[in-house]
Amino acid sequence: MSSVNTAPKSYLSAGQGLRSWIFTLDHKRIGLLYLMAMSTFFLSGMTLGFLMRLELIAPGPTIVSAQTYNSFFTLHGVIMIFLFVIPGLPAVFGNFMLPLMIGAKDVFFPRLNLLSWWLFITGACLAFASLLTGSGPPDTGWTFYAPYSLRTGTNVSLAVFGAFVLGFSSILTGLNFVTTIHRMRAPGMTWFRMPLFPWALYATGWVQVLATPILGITLLLVILERWLGLGLFNPEMGGDPILYQHLFWIYSHPAVYIMILPAMGAITEIIPVYARKTIFGYKAIAFSSVAIALLGYLVWAHHMFTSGMSDTARMIFSLLTFLVAIPSAIKVFNWVGTLYKGSIQIGTPFLYAMAFIFLFSVGGLTGLMQGALSINLRVHGTYFIVGHFHYVMFGGTAFAFFGSLHYWFPKMFGRMYNAKVANMAWAILFIGLNTLYFPMFILGWEGMPRRYYDYLPEFQTGNVISTVGSWILISGVLLMLGNLLMALLKGRHAEPNPWGGTTLEWTVSSPPPLENFEVTPVVTGGPYAYGRGDKQDD
Amino acid sequence: MTEATVGMHDDSVGSRLGMWLFLFTEMLLFGGLFLLYSVYRAKNPEAFHEGASHLNVLIGSLNTIVLLTSSLTAACSITAIRRRNTAGGVILLMGTILLALVFLIDKYFEWGEEFRQGIYPGSSHMAELPQGERIFFSLYYTMTGLHGLHVVVGMMVFGFVMDRVLRGRVNARKYIWLDNGALYWHLVDVIWIFLFPLLYLIT
Repeated sequence: MSSVNTAPKSYLSAGQGLRSWIFTLDHKRIGLLYLMAMSTFFLSGMTLGFLMRLELIAPGPTIVSAQTYNSFFTLHGVIMIFLFVIPGLPAVFGNFMLPLMIGAKDVFFPRLNLLSWWLFITGACLAFASLLTGSGPPDTGWTFYAPYSLRTGTNVSLAVFGAFVLGFSSILTGLNFVTTIHRMRAPGMTWFRMPLFPWALYATGWVQVLATPILGITLLLVILERWLGLGLFNPEMGGDPILYQHLFWIYSHPAVYIMILPAMGAITEIIPVYARKTIFGYKAIAFSSVAIALLGYLVWAHHMFTSGMSDTARMIFSLLTFLVAIPSAIKVFNWVGTLYKGSIQIGTPFLYAMAFIFLFSVGGLTGLMQGALSINLRVHGTYFIVGHFHYVMFGGTAFAFFGSLHYWFPKMFGRMYNAKVANMAWAILFIGLNTLYFPMFILGWEGMPRRYYDYLPEFQTGNVISTVGSWILISGVLLMLGNLLMALLKGRHAEPNPWGGTTLEWTVSSPPPLENFEVTPVVTGGPYAYGRGDKQDD
Repeated sequence: MTEATVGMHDDSVGSRLGMWLFLFTEMLLFGGLFLLYSVYRAKNPEAFHEGASHLNVLIGSLNTIVLLTSSLTAACSITAIRRRNTAGGVILLMGTILLALVFLIDKYFEWGEEFRQGIYPGSSHMAELPQGERIFFSLYYTMTGLHGLHVVVGMMVFGFVMDRVLRGRVNARKYIWLDNGALYWHLVDVIWIFLFPLLYLIT
């Protein structure tokens, strides 16, 4: 590496060799370890998605058997949800940026942080091992619904155990971040001088801590059921499979906020930098993160409107579902409010942020449709759900992930990428995503069920469009990754603050030194002081 | 400063906060089982009554006393260490581990007796029981089993803490490891305080 000067050594050159990485206690290196692992998992999940779409290009058997198709959608779900979207932003950008943004040297429990990564890798290995060992890859869908998950002969136990270990990793990360934010903010950084990405991580951390154990016990029970035949979820033995669904969604609905809250936080960092304007409604955004985290606990049964529940229960859960839309909309309005009269500069992260607002709104509003009881009965279990989910998860979380990657890439690696190619990749991704997922809304509305291997001939047009969309989307992903890899190898060196950000991570060199700050920063104002050095309300 | 020492710091308030967060996760882990218990109890009140009357209240009460006493010794060991009484602290910790062992031995005999009667998941006797009773015993084994596992972990934690006390790493000035270990142990105790009446006493 060049750039030998008086500045302290960067964290990248602080140690060499494999051991200095996989046993590192440095939050920045752990963030990169997650990034590398997750990129691999994302690409394998994407490959499975590609194969599924290819299978669905025509009705009837095309490239794989029905059983293989069932395993494909199960593993696509397990990999993408448990190995990418749930841990994604907190584990990569949270780990790397949280201590920098609050002016700390590291997270509160560095050893626990390393343990989280090792648990993550162990859980991932178990999930992948379920593919290759035993009697075939699991075919239950990522939800592992009882009683089928208790009955199927495939390798469900191992995959479920993998998810259990991954849950542990997620809990420890959340616990670590909450403690870090409580105890390690720089002198002068009051709660309301803290940037909003840490605020989002704080809300997320609580959800990780308070929701994940429910999944833990539920998955443990599935393993025990299969192993010992407890009968707790098995209707033949007096158990109630609906209770499994309740327990599963008591975690898995809050889990979607684990996925989206940090994404919203990252978008909140990007927008003021490119609008050159203090964030509009700082406190509203901070509190709406907490409100989403709280309300997110109370809506799980909207996944089960057709499973058998009293009308009263369904109406209450429907009402609560509508309430979650309020804090989400508060965020969207504040982002748009920040842009108003801003001095907007177009950069790749900004484009991702704009796409996020649009795609998340489409995903969010179709989510509201599903929250309405009458519409839910029509679209439940159809492609409409798949479309909604992917708009939120790919258009929302993954776009925020890519946006964050482009936003913090110079800081993390000390290199600049080719912005023109990056913008082109963004455009391809945006077109590909809409081509891939929008037809699913129409297909679902017309009644095409999700998870089916085959479909009626009248659904073919929509399916062909969608499959072509998957090709466009994948070329966008590959172009984006290729561009970033080129930047790693050949990119020109990055300035400490290439975008003109005002949060603390931009005050240190790129890449940051091992100890983050030579002198612990003292914070005297709000995080987004643009222009006249005006302090923001705190 | 080497890499290993960056970010290492003394802040027992923060460490305790982390422990409390972990205890919340433990409560929710058991919370799932308590939820299942309440739903199935509401659905099968008579079968749960029948099942509970099979359990040995004497061993259950004995174990409650043993576990409560072990919480006391754990708490006393903190006071001893804070008063620089290392020997006393170590003896109290050994007492805690011993009591935990007594708890597990009791549990062994209790489970052994039920196994002898053919009450365990998958047995032919269980298959003949009414469905509600089967659910009761499945819950009984899962809940006490998971709790027993926590007792084993607690013993290991105290063994580890004792080692640190002996090596002077846990002392009157810095005893957060012991503090957190005892917090964990009290939680294991509290969960038993709920399991005991739910499984043994409400008949």
